Amino acid sequence: MEANGKIASLREFQPDDLETAPLSLWQLTWRRFRRHRMALAGGIFLLLLFGYSFMGSVFISEKFANFNDTSQRLQAPSQAHIYGTDSIGRDVLARTIYGGQISLMIGLTAVIIEVGMGVIVGALAGFYGGAIDSILMRITEAMLNIPEIFLLIVMAKYFGGKIPDMELFGRSFSGSVVVIVVIIGLTSWMYLARIVRAEFLSLKENEFILAARATGTSNVSIIFQHILPNSIAPIVVSATLGVANAILAEAYISFLGLGVQPPTATWGNMLDGANNYLESAPWLWFFPGLLILLTVLSINFLGDGLRDALDPRSRAV
Amino acid sequence: MMRYIVRRLLQAIPLLFVISIVLFLLMNNMGDPVATLGGRSVTRSSDRERLKRQLGLDKPVYIQYLYWLVGNDWTKIDLDGDGTPEASGTRHGILRGDFGTSLVIRGKLVSDIISERLGNTLILMVASEIAIIVGALLIGVYSALHQYSIWDHVLTAFLFIGYSMPIFFIALISQYIFGVMFKHWNLPYLPTVGMFDPQEGKTISQVAWHMVLPVLSISLISFAAYSRYIRSTMLEVMSQDYIRTAKSKGLPRQEIIFIHALKNASLPIVTVVGLDLPLLLGGAVVTERIFAWPGMGRLFLDHVSRGDLPVVMGILMLISTAVVVFQIITDVVYAWLDPRIRYDV
Repeated sequence: MEANGKIASLREFQPDDLETAPLSLWQLTWRRFRRHRMALAGGIFLLLLFGYSFMGSVFISEKFANFNDTSQRLQAPSQAHIYGTDSIGRDVLARTIYGGQISLMIGLTAVIIEVGMGVIVGALAGFYGGAIDSILMRITEAMLNIPEIFLLIVMAKYFGGKIPDMELFGRSFSGSVVVIVVIIGLTSWMYLARIVRAEFLSLKENEFILAARATGTSNVSIIFQHILPNSIAPIVVSATLGVANAILAEAYISFLGLGVQPPTATWGNMLDGANNYLESAPWLWFFPGLLILLTVLSINFLGDGLRDALDPRSRAV
Repeated sequence: MMRYIVRRLLQAIPLLFVISIVLFLLMNNMGDPVATLGGRSVTRSSDRERLKRQLGLDKPVYIQYLYWLVGNDWTKIDLDGDGTPEASGTRHGILRGDFGTSLVIRGKLVSDIISERLGNTLILMVASEIAIIVGALLIGVYSALHQYSIWDHVLTAFLFIGYSMPIFFIALISQYIFGVMFKHWNLPYLPTVGMFDPQEGKTISQVAWHMVLPVLSISLISFAAYSRYIRSTMLEVMSQDYIRTAKSKGLPRQEIIFIHALKNASLPIVTVVGLDLPLLLGGAVVTERIFAWPGMGRLFLDHVSRGDLPVVMGILMLISTAVVVFQIITDVVYAWLDPRIRYDV
């Protein structure tokens, strides 16, 4: 019955009325993404985590997060300190809020560097080919052959302690934050460069590129205005997943004590030395660890959904 | 095939050169190794200069790299600091198999230091890899055969959590549950750190007992990548015509799954395993740190922090070479296992 009604009402339209404006890439993506319930949940949860870190600072001052009272050290979670206190008497809840800001910002900014490097290297190699391609790809392979954690440690030692603390938005940040962002960016661009190169290799053979060349479009314009927008889907997906990897990388390197230096808190450096308190103060490592897990999990769900939505042909294994 | 292997090996040589140059340049700015030599006594600047000269650290970076690469026994070096080189060098360089001597543990050969730890790392990592492959095969085949069942979804959810889990968090949780809480509940509990109980000595049962938690942690976070891979290849194979043929001629289900399907479905796993194997050499830096496992990862951390260039370079070059070699082996083995693949040069 209902189907018949629809057909009847459709007949009343003229053919021109039936043509709707074509959906843009983002509208199409949103349509497909919406159906991916886990990805939607991941996205919402990620917003909540951002809210936790950034709205939390409205209620709790950074001074409190860095305030240490050694008479209150290693207090178990209680009314006064919901997540307990750490080994020098700082409030763990306050530190997870401020640590979250730094961890999330490191994740986002490191990915900007990663995408910048990856796109430039991949685009140059894929577009120009020949000697440029060979040189850039050999460097990419060389970087890929050294396990990332070793490269991160060596680079953290190389750049460590060279940048002074800085003031930003009325707060002081350890210079090591910048170091970590840069080294994570510099050690993670290789996969993206390979993806972008592959996209460029296939896209540059298309007719619309030939047309662009025929009308005298410059190479820069062809790269950035004609090819790059067409390869945006895999870049967005790997950038999203890159945020999770960057947050993990920060956590690993800070866990080893080579990352962001105190008093600036991150979820990673709150865990440094926590294994000494495995038995006596599990709240020290449980809360920051859980927050890292939840963040990475939400981003992975989000990235998975984005992959399905943006690039339906490529299914993740 | 031979030509393909030779070509790949020839390509690997410049790659390893690039890696060694990049690493050497990075390593050369990692802090002053002389600062930690000899404990409190090396403070006089004349001593520091003499030490630097003897260790060859006063030379420009490219000379240091050259000596590290090909040795310095073909030239004279200046040991007493009078400006004229008089003593002939003793190093043979890494190309002739001389990894040099450690700067921190004076006079000890890098190859000895590394080989002492290599075994410990390999025991742990090979056990983990076996646990991962066996577990992932079971999970992957089960999820593929029961696609979209409730257990498939539950397993997928758990694998996704494991995949997102930082190794230190799963390690700390498992240490807390199986080490601390089990002890608390008077259950047999697992040791949380070390490789063996010093009172019992390094016996096989002790090492195996101490390995349980690290292996569990490493495999829990690695199951996802492997088993998803097996699940998807298994699903693909199960829809092939030859499986339908096998079913229609009435072969037992077990035989179809484990002999006809799994054999072909596990082929792509060779690639994943082959690319992961060399990384096992380096061990898991973070895991070894948490579980206080005396392997390569901890060796690396200890020597990086003191700027011990020969040891750190030795470890990194060993791993990089292994990665390159294993990539070639993987490609060759894959072509040998799967006759559809041909490397025609």
